[in-house]
Amino acid sequence: MTKMTGKEMVVEALKREGVEVCFGFPGGAIIDVYDTLERDGTIKHVLVRHEQGATHAADGYARATGRVGVCIATSGPGATNTVTGIATAYADSIPMVVFTGQVPTSLIGNDAFQEVDIVGITRPCTKHNYLVKDVKDLPRILKEAFTVARSGRPGPVLIDLPKDVQNAKAEFDYPEKIKFRSYNPVLEPHSKQIERAYRMIEKSRRPIFYVGGGVVIANAHKEMKELAEMLHAPVTMTLMGLSGFPGTSELSLGMLGMHGTYCSNMAMAHSDLIIAVGARFDDRVTGKIDAFAPKAKIIHIDIDPTSIQKNVKVDIPIVGDCRKALKKIVKAVKKAGRPAEAWKEQFQEWWEQLHAWEERHPLTYKEEPGVIKPQYVIEQLYDLTKGKAIISTEVGQNQMWTAQFYKFDEPRSFLTSGGLGTMGYGLPAAIGAQMAFPDKLVIDVAGDGSIQMNIQELATAQQEKLNVKVVILNNQFLGMVRQWQELFYDRVYAATDFTFTPDFVKIADAYGATGLRATKPEEVREVLEKGLETPGVVIMEFIIAREEGVFPMVPAGKATTEMLLV
Amino acid sequence: MKHKHTLSVLVENTPGALSRITGLFSGRGFNIESLCVAATLDPTLSHLTLVTTGDDFIIEQIIKQLNRLVDVYKVVDVTEGVYVEREMALVKVKAEDETRAEVLRMCDIFRCKVVDVSPKTYTIEVTGPESKLKAVIELLKPIGIKEIARTGTIAMVREKKTV
Repeated sequence: MTKMTGKEMVVEALKREGVEVCFGFPGGAIIDVYDTLERDGTIKHVLVRHEQGATHAADGYARATGRVGVCIATSGPGATNTVTGIATAYADSIPMVVFTGQVPTSLIGNDAFQEVDIVGITRPCTKHNYLVKDVKDLPRILKEAFTVARSGRPGPVLIDLPKDVQNAKAEFDYPEKIKFRSYNPVLEPHSKQIERAYRMIEKSRRPIFYVGGGVVIANAHKEMKELAEMLHAPVTMTLMGLSGFPGTSELSLGMLGMHGTYCSNMAMAHSDLIIAVGARFDDRVTGKIDAFAPKAKIIHIDIDPTSIQKNVKVDIPIVGDCRKALKKIVKAVKKAGRPAEAWKEQFQEWWEQLHAWEERHPLTYKEEPGVIKPQYVIEQLYDLTKGKAIISTEVGQNQMWTAQFYKFDEPRSFLTSGGLGTMGYGLPAAIGAQMAFPDKLVIDVAGDGSIQMNIQELATAQQEKLNVKVVILNNQFLGMVRQWQELFYDRVYAATDFTFTPDFVKIADAYGATGLRATKPEEVREVLEKGLETPGVVIMEFIIAREEGVFPMVPAGKATTEMLLV
Repeated sequence: MKHKHTLSVLVENTPGALSRITGLFSGRGFNIESLCVAATLDPTLSHLTLVTTGDDFIIEQIIKQLNRLVDVYKVVDVTEGVYVEREMALVKVKAEDETRAEVLRMCDIFRCKVVDVSPKTYTIEVTGPESKLKAVIELLKPIGIKEIARTGTIAMVREKKTV
């Protein structure tokens, strides 16, 4: 057996796990790993400008590819800067391995320079984490970390590497596979439950599929589409579920929840059977929980048993991988052998009702002469990209307008911070996705507030010579909070009005990128066209209607049928 | 309906495992009434007995959340079946002239042991289910308890079933 230093083990493990690219920022406590990484030269490293950017980039890479995202930071402030990105990945179940440097084991606990208990800090926002005290444990820990990150309900795993451990030597016995005594996620759904689920579907008159991020994570989009089409049943998606089912399908009702479509929310409220697939009945989806879907029975498919029965009572829980469960239900439907027409007929009345709701309040906005409406920008962006781009967003109105007006057909084409709602996510995530797919069009849709939270990553994109495009919907407000203030706080715009905003075109220029701006509706298409075809990083700024809101909107704590409409 | 539940948890004997469990309770607003941790026959596993209160919904979540932790090997709600539980307390009680005999009588009735004697105090060891400890403590209070240390409950499923 060959002896290796800890730092060599880290690099070797990355290679064996098939890691092609990692994101990070060096420092004194991780300098040894960086040295090995550089001398080895196999793995591409992207130097970010802030460690938060590294975590979001690794996260964007993971979401776009389905592979484990990897990032590296130093001890102390380097480590604490990763926390928001780790929590973001944890909230959306994104597989990630984060390496942090640590002071030498002899100094741990001494309040040494750049020392912080990052394992303690990240315990509640990682799926698991490790402080490596003995280099002999490192091969096993590395294998465990990647296995835990990508299996079951995926999530971020952090490995804290003291400087002396990086340089200590031990035998490198890297296991091909690892068996855990205490960690065995259930993947295979119970057949009895599948049979019961089928029978419940067969009896239903007003069913609806409620699709969440689990479908995307489990790569179950094909099975989801097949099942919905076989049954001719309607599908609504959560924010995280977008791209898990084709947005252009005639069966799609669009997104549901706080800013979901009128039809989706009405459908959930009136359905007699909700089939939740990889979704977790989040408060943004259920609204007032007592008034949520009063007439519906619920089938809930989820890989994480804690998601089931957490917020609502479930009639048929199915614990397992979404893809496996959907496959089994598809099989059950085929076995029953009912003709397609029979299903169509069974749900015909339901569809008539759904279409009526769709017609009554479709997704829309009011046009105003001379003023750019953000929804129009997204519509045009969709039209020009033909829905083929990978879109990341920041958080707030920009995110919701994108979710509403861009139709996602391809899985993993929509990268957004759903659970944690992290402003500043979009640009670094776009960089991560672009590293994975250099030839694809990757666009970050941002607001003027969010973009400033990680705008330094423009330098990263430039250093890597990427083609990331940034669309800034500039209303000189923290728009979503302003909207709440308008509706629920007597229009007292406390701390949401940006009376100063930088010149984003000049910022683009300063970073050596291209900057374009549209101030009138007739310039929108032209700016988008020019921006999308210009190589390299391009910022496209749109000065939009200042007080435009996102509608429909279910006020927090209200029933989802009590929507404020356009 | 809220009920007291005693959970028996087998967990990997690794640094941070206990903190993961207590962090889970505080982070999710669950409540720990008592907690007792010690090694098992297998030195790589620790046995943790935890008493908590909640309705069925909460207890189901607690058990699921515990199981979700990578370090947790097994969780059993001992309260679901037949079980024995014990807790131990050391009680330092005032024992001067007229009360010295009274304290000893009480010890006798409750089958407690006197483990330390000083001119003015007795330290007694009480073992039993929580209800017994409560009774002893209530009776000793008027005499004057100077100090008390309790272990928290440990529990075991009866008969053949093992955790």
